[in-house]
Amino acid sequence: MGMTMTQKILAHSAGKDCVKAGELITAKLDLVLGNDITSPLAIQEFEKIGLGKVFDKDKIALVPDHFCPNKDIKSAEQANVVRQFARKYDITNYFEVGQMGIEHALIPEKGLVTAGDVVIGADSHTCTYGALGAFSTGIGSTDMAAGMATGELWFKVPDAIKVVLKGKKKNMVSGKDVILHLIGKIGVEGARYMSLEFTGEGALDLSIDERFTIANMAIEAGAKNGIFPVDDVTLEYINAHSKKPYKVFEADEDASYAKVVEIDLSTLDYTVACPHLPSNTKEIANLGDIKVDQVVIGSCTNGRIEDLRVAAKILKGKKVHKNVRCIVFPATQKIYLDAISEGLIQTLVEAGVAVSTPTCGPCLGGHMGILAKGEKCVATTNRNFIGRMGHIESEVYLASPAVAAASAVTGKISAPEEVL
Amino acid sequence: MVLKGKTHIFGDNIDTDVIIPARYLTTVDPNELAKNCMVDIDADFAGRVQKGDIMVAGLNFGCGSSREHAPIAIKGSGVSCVIARSFARIFYRNAINIGLPILECDEILDEMNAGDELEVDLAKGEITNLTTGKKYSSEPFPEFMQEIIAAGGEIAYLRKKFAKQEA
Repeated sequence: MGMTMTQKILAHSAGKDCVKAGELITAKLDLVLGNDITSPLAIQEFEKIGLGKVFDKDKIALVPDHFCPNKDIKSAEQANVVRQFARKYDITNYFEVGQMGIEHALIPEKGLVTAGDVVIGADSHTCTYGALGAFSTGIGSTDMAAGMATGELWFKVPDAIKVVLKGKKKNMVSGKDVILHLIGKIGVEGARYMSLEFTGEGALDLSIDERFTIANMAIEAGAKNGIFPVDDVTLEYINAHSKKPYKVFEADEDASYAKVVEIDLSTLDYTVACPHLPSNTKEIANLGDIKVDQVVIGSCTNGRIEDLRVAAKILKGKKVHKNVRCIVFPATQKIYLDAISEGLIQTLVEAGVAVSTPTCGPCLGGHMGILAKGEKCVATTNRNFIGRMGHIESEVYLASPAVAAASAVTGKISAPEEVL
Repeated sequence: MVLKGKTHIFGDNIDTDVIIPARYLTTVDPNELAKNCMVDIDADFAGRVQKGDIMVAGLNFGCGSSREHAPIAIKGSGVSCVIARSFARIFYRNAINIGLPILECDEILDEMNAGDELEVDLAKGEITNLTTGKKYSSEPFPEFMQEIIAAGGEIAYLRKKFAKQEA
């Protein structure tokens, strides 16, 4: 019996020729990641182990992105725990405010992850790096502590769902619409404990930023990881960003899958996830009239340069609707600078957009864009759970940057063609 | 270990944002976190829950973020055990790692009411509804995970392991 792409990476990192779904293995870690919310707890637990050293100071990344720049005294204290730990153990990849970006945009950009790597992160969206052909998965703080101490972690080898993407997307339909459609189809626990392995000519037709968006939201279907095959697009990105040696793994022809899902991209329309689950999706034509109070464009899902280009294209020469607050978060400092040099920031600010320094802030109801009772927001983020972005009686609609930007102009959830 | 407690019932897809909203994640103190456990869907849960109580829920319990604060808030509130039809995978790992007992059981939720008293035998994976008298069984954990649980969580397990290596 053949192995899936994920199983091959796990077998290699566990020093085995072959692994099977359900098998418990111990894998060597290429990177252990944490942020300002999850790391303080991990650090507390790490110190309890009492080793007095980390397994490899170059293979730990600490990114204070959630409540940073510090939103209040308590979050400042937490960020400081991470900072002091980074100094004490001379952690190479600690990114201070000013260098920091949203972790899942920053880590690939800094070249810290490459094809064939095994990465754990104390953040559920760590699954993003599957876009580069890595096995990466979210874990909690205690696992992060164990990873920092030992450089290895136990995993149960996952079964997989094969997602075959066919055809070409139309109009401004994007990777975000693809992943929302998939989650709507299989449900928020449709891939629980499993890998989502994307394949087909439609997958290879997606840009690297779209692949990051899709892999990023694998967790919203309950998946352990999402992963794409490595092709020229992947290698171009890797070679431009990383000096680390990479290793390309391919699924065996006779790999076994729990399920195969086919999606014809040419049939997809703009897709929106309504409150309060990412699986509660509707095509925009079936949505009705939904007025919005706030638009958020950014996050680890959709704060990359392509996303900002789309937003600027739609908002160029237009004004944000008078009843709407539109907030844009470039995901990293580099993306911010690129957006400045391409003139995107000027376009956005002229349209009446508030542009922020990189932070996860509003996505999880932390800061920089909290919703009041009864308010509605269309966001390019990844979760629309009850109270996710603020008051428990506020509502979040998940959509692509194109839909979010168009909605900022019209004041209601709109397709980009309505304003272009 | 045998646990006994009154039950609190929750539905499907109880996510970590409702178990402990992000706005309360500025602390790692279990007692502080417990004060706001479940607050967004059950505002007086923290006031009502008694030491030893048991949570029973539907599918995909603990979906969403990786915040270990979620099982810590539940454990901090005095809950002795969570039984669900299924658990989201990060929550599953986190619960084992911090020593919060969890069991998967598909049928029990259909045949009980909030407040029923349960008895849970963790080693055997046996659940008895003392109110209705019905018995249920749950898959016991793999041996490797039982070792972590028996040690009192992943950190205690690693400490033991490293102490052995040094000896």
